[in-house]
Amino acid sequence: MCGIIGVIDRRRQCMDGSKIKEALSMMNERGSGEGAGYVAYGIYPEYKDYFALHVFFDNIRENKGILDEELDKWGTIVHDEQIKTYEQPNIRKVHTPWRYFFRPDRSLMPKSKTPDEDIVTHLVMKVNTAKNGTLIFSSGKNLGVFKAAGWPDEVADFYRIQDYKGYLWLAHNRYPTNTPGWWGGAHPFNLLNWSVVHNGEITSYGTNRRYIESFGYQCTMFTDTEVVAYLFDLLVRKHGLSEKMAVRALAPPFWEEIDVMPEKQRELNRAIRLAYGSALMNGPFAICVANDHSLVGFTDRIKLRPLVSGELGDRLFISSEEAAIRRLEPDVQDIRMPKAGDPVIGKVYA
Amino acid sequence: MTIGSIPLRFRVEIDPERCMLCGRCVENCSYGVFRKEGESIRVNSRNCVACHRCLAFCPRDAIDIAEKPTDYRSHPLWTREVREAIFNQAKTGKIILSGMGNAMPYPVIFDRLVLDACQVTNPSIDPLREPMELRTYLGKKPSQLSLKESPNGEVELKTSLSPNLQIETPIMVGHMSYGAISLNAQLSLAKAVSRVGTFMGTGEGGLHEALYPYQKHMIVQVASGRFGVDINYLERGAAIEIKIGQGAKPGIGGHLPGEKVCSDVSRTRMIPEGSDAISPAPHHDIYSIEDLKQLVRGLKEATEWKKPVFVKIAAVHNSAAIAAGIARSSADAVVIDGFRGGTGAAPRVFRDHVGIPIEAAVASVDAKLRQQRIRNEVSIIASGGIRESADVAKVIALGADAVYIGTSALVSMGCRVCGTCYRGLCAWGIATQRPDLVARLNPDEASVQVENLINGWTLELAELMGAAGINSIESLRGNRDRLRSYMLDEELMQVLDVKTVGA
Repeated sequence: MCGIIGVIDRRRQCMDGSKIKEALSMMNERGSGEGAGYVAYGIYPEYKDYFALHVFFDNIRENKGILDEELDKWGTIVHDEQIKTYEQPNIRKVHTPWRYFFRPDRSLMPKSKTPDEDIVTHLVMKVNTAKNGTLIFSSGKNLGVFKAAGWPDEVADFYRIQDYKGYLWLAHNRYPTNTPGWWGGAHPFNLLNWSVVHNGEITSYGTNRRYIESFGYQCTMFTDTEVVAYLFDLLVRKHGLSEKMAVRALAPPFWEEIDVMPEKQRELNRAIRLAYGSALMNGPFAICVANDHSLVGFTDRIKLRPLVSGELGDRLFISSEEAAIRRLEPDVQDIRMPKAGDPVIGKVYA
Repeated sequence: MTIGSIPLRFRVEIDPERCMLCGRCVENCSYGVFRKEGESIRVNSRNCVACHRCLAFCPRDAIDIAEKPTDYRSHPLWTREVREAIFNQAKTGKIILSGMGNAMPYPVIFDRLVLDACQVTNPSIDPLREPMELRTYLGKKPSQLSLKESPNGEVELKTSLSPNLQIETPIMVGHMSYGAISLNAQLSLAKAVSRVGTFMGTGEGGLHEALYPYQKHMIVQVASGRFGVDINYLERGAAIEIKIGQGAKPGIGGHLPGEKVCSDVSRTRMIPEGSDAISPAPHHDIYSIEDLKQLVRGLKEATEWKKPVFVKIAAVHNSAAIAAGIARSSADAVVIDGFRGGTGAAPRVFRDHVGIPIEAAVASVDAKLRQQRIRNEVSIIASGGIRESADVAKVIALGADAVYIGTSALVSMGCRVCGTCYRGLCAWGIATQRPDLVARLNPDEASVQVENLINGWTLELAELMGAAGINSIESLRGNRDRLRSYMLDEELMQVLDVKTVGA
């Protein structure tokens, strides 16, 4: 099951988190109270040039010093603090959430075209693979993931997400099967500016994981969702594809459709399937992916999970359920159910 | 001779109550088991190889064949096979010849791997209702695409693709040469693969004129003897395969006895009639990986870079590193032939003792190529002991792109796996050049059987994929998460990168 929702304001007008919490709670039927999470873009304007690292520490005394040392090795910690939380009756605070604003030392990766991102990616992979009580679950600029084990309203109140203001939000109501109760297993998953919420199961995970790992990514979260963030990072950031073409690679048309396309289209789609066959995602899924300037929603090739979109003014809404969108924006217009594999894309104007 | 007769391998008995003396067994047995004497049929069981031709054509089910009717004193080490090999060599002082694939009772890894299916959390997909894609492209793939996207939505492809073979099912027929098998057998396979939309290999026997109509579905082989190779041959094939080694006999060459080199074989192979066709152990122009690279490029130059070039190696201990070398040579696919791969003739000691299983070889080759980020440079074709659709699914999940089948295709034409191919007396008209025996195989009928087999496996593969919630073969390839090992040891599980059942 699981319920997902995403909203983007194309003029970067900010919304606080109160409505998104209510919208997500509309889909409690799709969850089990064992995981929920939010990501908001635009929440750290005063630190927007630094990477905002959100970290779960199992034990501050033991774990934090090690991470500080590692970060110092690769750059500068501009500021760090505990993420404020507010006790909730049903949430057992098994981790201490922390935030860092970090500036990588790009001279340490001289051969890279994107040294800052590569340093942060390296740090995230290294820390998370080591599994020693520290998990970096959010690593983009001017954005942050907030997640825990609990119902959507409990998790929202735990972090008081109504206090954060973002122009782009994703949220997820979880019905776990793989890793219940584990905070790291809740969505959204994030790497750099990429965040993902996902409803479904990726039956091609083994293939996708082996593919993405051969590009130096490491899957550390014990779940199929993180691979989506890495695939987008690879296809869009590293290979320079547009979001639309990235979705085409992940959920491509069937050969029987490709075979009857006009020649140029046919060649393009054939090339995409040949080059990115191992990135193709199979199984039932509806996914929202965001980065700092866009929100993309798409489903598997035969639409085995629901996805609905709606528009109002500068805002695009994507969700598992129309009811959730209407809770977020009662006056929403242009409700659509995108076809299998067809992306819904919203981009900021500038 | 102090050894005397050894016990019968098979005892053939005719039930006189049932036999009506029609003489079909006499006509059909090419090994001389039966003869008619007056009003009875006499049997010489010692000649029997259990090819079952007589059984298949006896209208009254009067014939019965029993294996090993006489017991040796049993012993776990000194098996019957060991003792008989010693008798054989004591008499001849020669290398023992054998046919078909590995006959040692090694455990079969495929049979210790189980596939996955969806329940509840994700739906299985019904191939009768939803598209199920088995189409596969063999050849180099770009590691990334370069696209030019204009604001109006036009997308232009800037990357040019290497030639790939398109197959509608990941099942191809492996290389069995004209010489090793009959022209009718090759014709049957050729007709079948053309109709199915897949490919077959010519083997190192040249391309007979009768196969020209099917050349778009033929992969022409260049092996160490270079038999039948000229520009005409290369240009006719859809792809070219350089054969370095064969799973049934890694490290050694081939030998087609002169008796099998009839005038037609002689013309096709471009060698004198009646002469032995000897393929040397190494290619005499390939003594290192860079020499292979030159041959690959030479063949590509000759065919104007229009055809994929495959390189076939036997699965040996170091296959992964060898395949990584091949992937850097401009080759488009690497064929790995496991130690269960069949053969027309191989020294028994090689067939049974040299090489490694295809499952482990594919797993390690796929892992090595990924580790070195060159998996996209070559496709992996697995062969050697693929017996059913489940084996195809498993080997693809371990990392192969497609498979070659050999023995299974022959069995679909009637072969009973008697393992006597090297004698050239195949009663089924498959592994023989004797015109009267060859005429027994009707290519129109046999091709339908081969086609049925491939279609049947393809349907099963589609069902297996659908059950696993996968509608495209790309998502099965290398998807080792969908395999579990059942009673494999931990080190082998590490090589295969699979978890145990229950994990």
